[in-house]
Amino acid sequence: MITISRRQILISGIFLWLFAVAGTTLVAFTEYSSREAIIENERQVLLRNLYALLPRDKLDNDIAEDILELPASPLLGTDAASIVYRARLDGDPAAAIFNSIAPNGYNGKIHLLVGVYSNGKLAGVRVVKHAETPGLGDAVEIRKSPWIKSFDGKSLTNPDPSGWRVKRDGGEFDQFTGATITPRAVVTAVRNTLLYYQQNADMIFKQ
Amino acid sequence: MTTSREITRDGLWGNNVALVQLLGLCPLLAVTSTVVNGIGLGIATLITLVLSNTIVSLIRGFVRKEVRLPVFVLIIASVVTIIELSMQALFYDLYLVLGIFIPLIVTNCAIIGRAEGFASRNPVGPAALDGLMMGLGFLVVLALLGALREVIGFGTLFANAELMFGDGAQTLQIQFNEDYPGFLLAILPPGAFFGLAALIVVKNWLDLRPREKQEIIEAAPETV
Repeated sequence: MITISRRQILISGIFLWLFAVAGTTLVAFTEYSSREAIIENERQVLLRNLYALLPRDKLDNDIAEDILELPASPLLGTDAASIVYRARLDGDPAAAIFNSIAPNGYNGKIHLLVGVYSNGKLAGVRVVKHAETPGLGDAVEIRKSPWIKSFDGKSLTNPDPSGWRVKRDGGEFDQFTGATITPRAVVTAVRNTLLYYQQNADMIFKQ
Repeated sequence: MTTSREITRDGLWGNNVALVQLLGLCPLLAVTSTVVNGIGLGIATLITLVLSNTIVSLIRGFVRKEVRLPVFVLIIASVVTIIELSMQALFYDLYLVLGIFIPLIVTNCAIIGRAEGFASRNPVGPAALDGLMMGLGFLVVLALLGALREVIGFGTLFANAELMFGDGAQTLQIQFNEDYPGFLLAILPPGAFFGLAALIVVKNWLDLRPREKQEIIEAAPETV
């Protein structure tokens, strides 16, 4: 049995405390000096994603700042408040970009950015986050396949409701070889977002 | 005293973190679906190892042994957090890919293993070198495993290199066959285990070959 004197325990304790203080100080200092760069990076990525959906000549406002918080909605697939980005041209509503969720992907939620022009036509759709199977369901990513572009220009009336399905279910949208569940979830979520827009367009652009 | 040569050989080959010590398998298996991911995590781990080994060696004189482990953990956690923040500030796109794995470096047993097993008993120079070489050994295995899985799984090499090396690196990507259907198993977690096993087999095979020759030479004089 090794006996440790009270003094030794105290010294060890103080030593450990000093290290905790030094480590925390360093981390805090790094956080402080990198904070602005990180916020700017996040903003750039957001802008890049938003401008991928909307040509720059369709809007003249700061879309990343012109936001509105939407309450949770089953049509958006959200169970918490989500943000909608509003694009305006000469002060008039031009488009809205929604953060929607396809809740029924093969591996859980698929997070989407859905851009809708004020006339109800789709500007475009992008998958921002998902956990679908690599090599099969991940073809919803623009980097892997152009499939997601098949939504461009579509609306609630084009195709008609029966066409808003994957081909296997008698609709108009392709599924992928070996993966039907993922595109089915995305098609449903995009159509639901259009429905949400149709019902809430006035509210979204009012403020 | 271990010489620099021994440290180098141990880190890169003889006592390789991934192939011999089999430490840090969690990040190793999780991120190596492409070369670029492997190199990214490899570099982050390398920097962590060098910094933590150096700091641990510098303070080895006054750390009481009862509190040494919490102190090491504190050092490693601080270093990793600083690396994570710097990466967010400097290489944000790469951070988006590797971000969730960076905090896992803290749990990479190789790092506390080197702090406890080497850095806390050796002067700064050898400790830093040990961190560098162990880190390089780990990096090389990550890159090799990433290359293996990317070629077999996607039929490409150096995809997304621009995330790490800037836009100019986009030309680095090699596509072997436009119509390659892909081999899913290599990308999924089992592919990582198969790939790592293959690398270990190759290493052990290379290790065993010269030893057989040596034994014959050593045995020969006794028979005379």
